[in-house]
Amino acid sequence: MKTMHPRLRELAFTLRRFLKNPLSVIGLSLVVIFGLIALLAPVLEPPKYADPYKIPHTGFHIEPSPPSAAHPLGTMQQQYDMLYGLVWGTRSAFRIGVLVVAANLFIGIILGVLAGYFGGLVDEVIMRITDIFFAIPFLVMAMALVVAIGRGLKAVVVVLIILGWPSYTRVLRSDILVTRGKDFILAARASGASHLRIMFTHIVPNALYSVLILASLNIGTTILTAAALSFLGLGSETGTADWGQIISLCRSWIVGTPGNRFAYWYTVFIPGFVISLFVLGWNLMGDAVRDVFDPRMRRR
Amino acid sequence: MSLLAYIVRRLLLMVLVLIGVSLLVFTMMMLLPPGQRVAIYVTNDRVSPAMMDALIAKYGLNDPAPLQYFRWLRNLLHGEFGYSITASSPVLKGFARFLPVTLELVLYAAPLIILTGIFLGTLGAVRKDTAMDHVTRVLAIVGFSLPTFWLGLLLMMIFYGFLGIFPPGALSTDVRNIVFSDPTWHPYTHLVTIDAILNWRWQVFWDAFYRMILPTLNLVVINSALIMRLMRSSMLEALGQDYMMTARAKGADRKTLFRRHARRNAMLPVITISGITFAELMGSMVITETIFDRKGIGWWMAQAALQLDVAAIMFDVLFLGTIYVVVNLVVDLIYAYVDPRVRLS
Repeated sequence: MKTMHPRLRELAFTLRRFLKNPLSVIGLSLVVIFGLIALLAPVLEPPKYADPYKIPHTGFHIEPSPPSAAHPLGTMQQQYDMLYGLVWGTRSAFRIGVLVVAANLFIGIILGVLAGYFGGLVDEVIMRITDIFFAIPFLVMAMALVVAIGRGLKAVVVVLIILGWPSYTRVLRSDILVTRGKDFILAARASGASHLRIMFTHIVPNALYSVLILASLNIGTTILTAAALSFLGLGSETGTADWGQIISLCRSWIVGTPGNRFAYWYTVFIPGFVISLFVLGWNLMGDAVRDVFDPRMRRR
Repeated sequence: MSLLAYIVRRLLLMVLVLIGVSLLVFTMMMLLPPGQRVAIYVTNDRVSPAMMDALIAKYGLNDPAPLQYFRWLRNLLHGEFGYSITASSPVLKGFARFLPVTLELVLYAAPLIILTGIFLGTLGAVRKDTAMDHVTRVLAIVGFSLPTFWLGLLLMMIFYGFLGIFPPGALSTDVRNIVFSDPTWHPYTHLVTIDAILNWRWQVFWDAFYRMILPTLNLVVINSALIMRLMRSSMLEALGQDYMMTARAKGADRKTLFRRHARRNAMLPVITISGITFAELMGSMVITETIFDRKGIGWWMAQAALQLDVAAIMFDVLFLGTIYVVVNLVVDLIYAYVDPRVRLS
């Protein structure tokens, strides 16, 4: 391997840059740790029911109990085990995040390519549609759509897929507008390449980085929105291993007992802390990748 | 393009987007069965199950969709938005009751969000790669990552649960009695803190203000992150421009350099995203008002979504969409006026 392929060399350089930044290493580690937890969930916390996303609970006593040997992170309201909920919640966060963002990417890339490459009326129509989507606060529109199609975790996923694509379309389109006039595209066209070929072998790969960075940042936002919907009572049912759902179970416990005002701190603090770390991981990673790939920043 | 032509173009575009927003809301409505859509047409809640079929026929809720759309649009233009079960009143009346609570919080939170974002963003850029820069960058990214509802609950747990200060709710019982039933109280604006000053009732002012501190803090932490980051990068870009070197060569001191030359130019992109900031603020308002028990538009939306109060939800979506479009138009016009490059391109 004396002479590396230029693309590989670039990748190696990028990777080195990425690993030199402490923030990006923290981000990557967080994502990897959460990924391992999600993968190993059946080993870490063997499921008790046929549906592993149902959190086991011992009894129906309403008051949360503090961490103990049987429940290392304590229990929530109605004695749902916190650790189990968080571990399997990690798995459902990955499922939701990856599924939603992949679907958003798919829709967003296709529409973005159509708009950017063909321009004219196609562009105008697609861009006006994204304008409409951006006009309404994301959470508010998600709430309304969930109400329209019926509540539940599935509905939340469908809604996030329907509403999440416009940001990718916009970013990809503006990238394509820059790439479209470049010499290598003109050369490809002159040599008789078809529209489809030009689009997917020349234009999309060149514009893909910014979209992928956005995707990394959006996994965090997607999970935050899904959790917010569950917190508001529009997502999963009580007792589902879903982070937003777990937080909504703890919201009545912010005030402790007269003798011990922080009596239930664990039930409020732990689940939110876990969500924050997850989102932070993706955000740090997306941020670092942006800095690394940005040609204006990288060779400094 | 002249400024006038630009304005006309933007106005036409605005109408187009508004029609789009109405189509979007209408599509969401049509996903519901006719029995639930009745709420959007009636003016009271005296609807027995037996009357349902008659009402569906009366409002033509099984007619072809385009016909229903124009009928609904006509209702909107007449100010008929249906009956909200969560507000126990027609939608517009409920809206008039909830809006001031939200507006008042926006009045305090929005300027603080903008100032915090601009200040910390500038600080990070001016002291690039110092400890201060790293701290503000980490702050911004943490602000992005914190769930609004968790931060709210933590603030409540620490301040209300542990320290026993900053209770939830918009007003204490005593003060609520004054505001809602004291004959000497004049609700000039329905914004309690402002009315309190106008009525010269400092007890009321303090009570309302005191209960606004935590929700405001919550909104500022979450929502200033975006402005902070944008301000930092756009300030860095401005600092690298040639005119900065010219100014420096002419002997301008650091203060003049940063304030007059760099920051003014760096603030332009921040102005353009104020529409997005506004939309994000309204999103976190839903959560913040729910947690801090302030009965405003956000609280209303959360309740309406839980209780399938379709009329209220659809109205709120329309309202927020319209506001956003108008705010954006105003911002763009100001921008075009300030920066001729925009309208000439």
